[in-house]
Amino acid sequence: MISQVFILSSQGDHLIYKDFRGEAGSDVVSVFYEKVTALTGDQPPVVMSHGDLHFVHVRQGGLYWVATTTSPGSSPFTIIEFLNRFSALVKDYCGSLSEKSVQMNFALIYELLDEVVDYGYIQTTSSDVLKNFIQTEAVSSKPFSLFDLSNVGFFGAETQQSKVAPSSAASRPIQSSREQGGRSEIFLDVIERMSVVIGSKGVVLKADVEGEVRVKCFMPSCSEMRIGLNEEFSIGKSQLRGYGAAVRVDECRFHQNVHLDEFHSNRVLRLCPSQGEQTVMQYQLSDDLPSAPPFRLFPTIERDSGGRYSPRVHAAINVCATIPVPKGSVSLSQELSSPDQSAELKLQNRAIDWKIPRFIGGTQLSALFKLEVSGLSPSSLMEVGPVVLVFELPQLTVSGLQIRFLRLSPVQPAPSQRWIRYVTHSDSYILRL
Amino acid sequence: MPYLGSEDAVRELRRALSNPNVQSDQLRYRNTVLKAIRAMSQGVDVSDLFSEMVKACATVDIVQKKLVYVFLCSYATLNPELSLLVINTLRKDCQDPNPMVRSLALRNMTNLRLPSLVEYVEQPLAAGLRDRAACVRRVAVLGWAKLHNLQPDAEIDAAVVNELYGLLRDPDPVVMVNCLRALEEILKKEGGVAINKPITHHLLNRLKESDVWGQCEVLRILQRYHPQSEDELFDILSLLDASLVSPHPPVMAATLGLFLGLCSGLPAVSLAALERVRGPLLAACGSTSRETRFTALCHIQLLLRSLPGLMGAHYKRFFCGYAEPAYIKQRKMQVLVELVNDENVAMLLDELKGYCTDVNPETAQAAISAIGRIGRSYSDRCLEILTGLLGLKQEHITSAVVQTMCDLVWVCPQCSDTVCSALEGCEEMLQDSQGRQALLWLLAAYGERVSSAPYTLEGFIDRVRSEASLGVKMELLTTTMRLFLCRPSETQDMLGRLLHYCIEEEMDMCVRDQALLYYRLLHCGIEETHKVLHGQRSDPSLGVLIGRPAEPINQWAYSFNTLEPLRQAGVETEPASRGSPEHVTFDPKPNTDLSDTLNCSQIEKVNLGSDGASGFTCSSAKVLAPLSLSLSPALSPEEFEHLWMQRHAEQGAEKLEEEEEDYVCLEERIQFPAIPPCSPQSLQAAMQLVNIQTLAFTPPHTLPWRVYLYTHTHHAHYGSTLVIGELLYIGEASRRVAAVKKGMEDGDVVEGEQEAGLSGRALVRKDGREEEVEVTLKQQPRDDNALKGFLSILTTVLHTLSSESS
Repeated sequence: MISQVFILSSQGDHLIYKDFRGEAGSDVVSVFYEKVTALTGDQPPVVMSHGDLHFVHVRQGGLYWVATTTSPGSSPFTIIEFLNRFSALVKDYCGSLSEKSVQMNFALIYELLDEVVDYGYIQTTSSDVLKNFIQTEAVSSKPFSLFDLSNVGFFGAETQQSKVAPSSAASRPIQSSREQGGRSEIFLDVIERMSVVIGSKGVVLKADVEGEVRVKCFMPSCSEMRIGLNEEFSIGKSQLRGYGAAVRVDECRFHQNVHLDEFHSNRVLRLCPSQGEQTVMQYQLSDDLPSAPPFRLFPTIERDSGGRYSPRVHAAINVCATIPVPKGSVSLSQELSSPDQSAELKLQNRAIDWKIPRFIGGTQLSALFKLEVSGLSPSSLMEVGPVVLVFELPQLTVSGLQIRFLRLSPVQPAPSQRWIRYVTHSDSYILRL
Repeated sequence: MPYLGSEDAVRELRRALSNPNVQSDQLRYRNTVLKAIRAMSQGVDVSDLFSEMVKACATVDIVQKKLVYVFLCSYATLNPELSLLVINTLRKDCQDPNPMVRSLALRNMTNLRLPSLVEYVEQPLAAGLRDRAACVRRVAVLGWAKLHNLQPDAEIDAAVVNELYGLLRDPDPVVMVNCLRALEEILKKEGGVAINKPITHHLLNRLKESDVWGQCEVLRILQRYHPQSEDELFDILSLLDASLVSPHPPVMAATLGLFLGLCSGLPAVSLAALERVRGPLLAACGSTSRETRFTALCHIQLLLRSLPGLMGAHYKRFFCGYAEPAYIKQRKMQVLVELVNDENVAMLLDELKGYCTDVNPETAQAAISAIGRIGRSYSDRCLEILTGLLGLKQEHITSAVVQTMCDLVWVCPQCSDTVCSALEGCEEMLQDSQGRQALLWLLAAYGERVSSAPYTLEGFIDRVRSEASLGVKMELLTTTMRLFLCRPSETQDMLGRLLHYCIEEEMDMCVRDQALLYYRLLHCGIEETHKVLHGQRSDPSLGVLIGRPAEPINQWAYSFNTLEPLRQAGVETEPASRGSPEHVTFDPKPNTDLSDTLNCSQIEKVNLGSDGASGFTCSSAKVLAPLSLSLSPALSPEEFEHLWMQRHAEQGAEKLEEEEEDYVCLEERIQFPAIPPCSPQSLQAAMQLVNIQTLAFTPPHTLPWRVYLYTHTHHAHYGSTLVIGELLYIGEASRRVAAVKKGMEDGDVVEGEQEAGLSGRALVRKDGREEEVEVTLKQQPRDDNALKGFLSILTTVLHTLSSESS
């Protein structure tokens, strides 16, 4: 049972406040912000109490999404899942999640909250149901940009570029599809998050992949969709791997609307997607990756410190390597292999941040960092490493999962566009030195 | 925050709202209302606009209607009279052909929260219950709950309650769940909605129709149901089995909560359910949402209290990601500490070592104390890491390491040598008061072994004037006193200076009183002082973590899936502070006792399967004292034989010597695979490592196989005793399960032995291939604790030997 819901910006500005049960005043909003900013590092912030009132909050899009409740027996799983789902709904309806978009669409969000929660009880969060009730149009916060024109070739000719959906294509309000101008599009994203620990000898100590297949549907009416996965897709450790490049995952979970009758024979998922974003399938794979890890590192550290760094394989973008350095490091001199890379010493974090905007597949990059450390002791070398890579690998799934086809039936009368995108990203790719 | 000129803004808005030109243009009207709401949500007080807003309510534009309702519901309580004007519009809307308008009006009518309006609301609400549109019925059902809470003392309308019970059969699942919720609130005084068999079965059958939220609600309410027969219970359980592994964490948690409630009398079923949710819980731990991850971690900690082995194989899932926030990292480390076993300890420590140099000092400190916790069972490896960390020469790390060592030494006295040698040169790295306090405590306890102790203290005493922390000053006084007792010549002068300062100049009352106390104590003579100050250096009753007994599920089931596990900041895994009474197992040689303790946990699992209470047997049976063994004075074979035969004779003759309290004889069985193959040499060498002398053997591969041995035990408080013993292996054929014959008088020890016998039997049942050695021990003078300590060392040695030879 939820007593109030409110949204705060990271500076503590009140964006949305709704009281469902009249059990506490609106002054608790400020109380919450004071509490959450006053926490020390070892206090978990998710649940906090103020008298009889309990605050449960999540952070999404840089905002605090807070629910309060007076009963300590409330399920934390439910409240947290609800807040996450609510923020996802807001994202669907407003296009993106930011302080600005929430501010501009506050009327829409109040309307959503009104339909989603009544008297503190969650009524529905399904966008199929909600679309009948929500009347307010979203205000898109995106300014007109000349870059949008770059997709159109000279004299309106179709260029290669215009066949690729811009990365921002999916971040628009779902409702605009209702108008004539809205394109009837469907996005199918295979997103994998990997967290890897590689030992100093290049042995993979731990590798976890959490993947999900997400559908974002902008079609006003879509009766049925069929998604074909790799035919060799297998679940569980028990099944023997065939001679081919079988795709195996440890565990797999499906959205409750997915019909699995064709899954066992043909690896086909059938579902009727509702508007907005939903996760069709989640899977995970640990330890036993089908391919070699995408990056490797060959470090050398000497007393007059230097490091060679040579990752290889797959094209990646936005790679950022963080290399911890000893305390007392004063300055950094660097030799990088190309001018678009950059490296800087962050004294606050005691680390070098080496940014590589684009990384071509199968190549090696090397960098030499020289650090001046005041008061260098032999044990200072212990403080160097492990290196952490943060990166995104477009058009690749580590597990090897592929979408064979995406069919809509019956065939849409209006021209529809279907996009399938793959991405693997990692914010915890740890290479020990 | 009201910003400057908010009054102007309100005036401006009012003018616009009452402007007929604006009112005639729908879009402009709507935008003006929008502005008012925006001002409201930014915290401006716009309650003055109430009457204008009431007018704006009468419109065909639904968007505007909704906006106005948001406004009205916020300010209705401030303007009860004006709100009456709204009621008319709302009641008219309740007749609207559009169901959306009807539900909207009904919802906001009940949201105004004005007791004076109740009489106007009841009729539309009653009609709403019979509306043909489900969305109106949903609102109407909850409306009754709102109405009831507006006037909690009013009589409950039985007709409404009946109608709500009838609506449990509504085709719309949300209406059904809302009925439950409304009845729960209306009938709160009677204990909530009545959950009988037909309702339960109806709800369970329709569970699949509801969405996640509805299912959670139904499962929560069903916790009150008590099945009438075991068959019915199992029917319900099998119906719910699919929800137990639901991909939605809320459903999974609610189902498990219900399972634990229903099966509180069937621990085996509950344990099986815990095993079943392992997968979904682990998946929740890897969720994209940090908060879900945190919640799952907190609940895993709960589960581990009853099933310590549940996640053992999945320890890698609890490795910290680089970008995770500190509070998740700390929880993960708390879980990791619980998962340690001999297969993963190397990997785990390696991983934890990596966190010790984390940029975030709290994370680093948590990692260091986690290593300290693991050190209770794997002290050598952990001490190596901890002393290595001191080499980093960083303030927060050194401080955390010293505090951790302090805690570690308190439970594992055998670590003290390493710790003492590591302490040298730490003091200049310690800046914070906790770290310095820990260092002082260590110097007080082991001052005689740290050569530089007086110099360190001297530094502290020289700076005492600028010392800000009360705790450090108190600790400094005690430390100096204790050091004075063991190294008087080096410390006398500085003790004098310190006492002088504390008595004459110190402003703080506590410190002054403490100093005066010590001063007077010294007047009483050195003997008295010694008696008072000679404190305990370690507390053996604090446990080895993997020997921790599994708690019965009922201990935490009530808090499962509530906010409570998320709030308490890891109380149960916090490093135990010195002196806290926590009665669990202790083994004098924890780094080698693995097979022993692991077997313990297996027994617990086996026992818990049948009945929860006997899970404690093997752990609570031994509460041991710190014990050191030595070989001096040596015992010649002749003397040994003499003693042995003499005791044997006495025992054989009769248990006459009731009064002879200084002697005890004990027979015990130790489960021990494959003795005969191990060579006498290796046995002798292993025994000598722990200061047990073997005197005679039979050759290997002969049956019965015997070994005679002796040692002296030294105990801090009780002085020393002589232990002589015989190991007897009689072979497979003549093995018996009967556990212990007792040659002693003390009743409560006998009880302890019987319990040990019980666990021995459990082992045999579990693994028939294991063999047993019969141990006969004789001790003089009698000291039960020392004897038990000796026995556990002996067991450990034998196990180590067998694991090496196999």
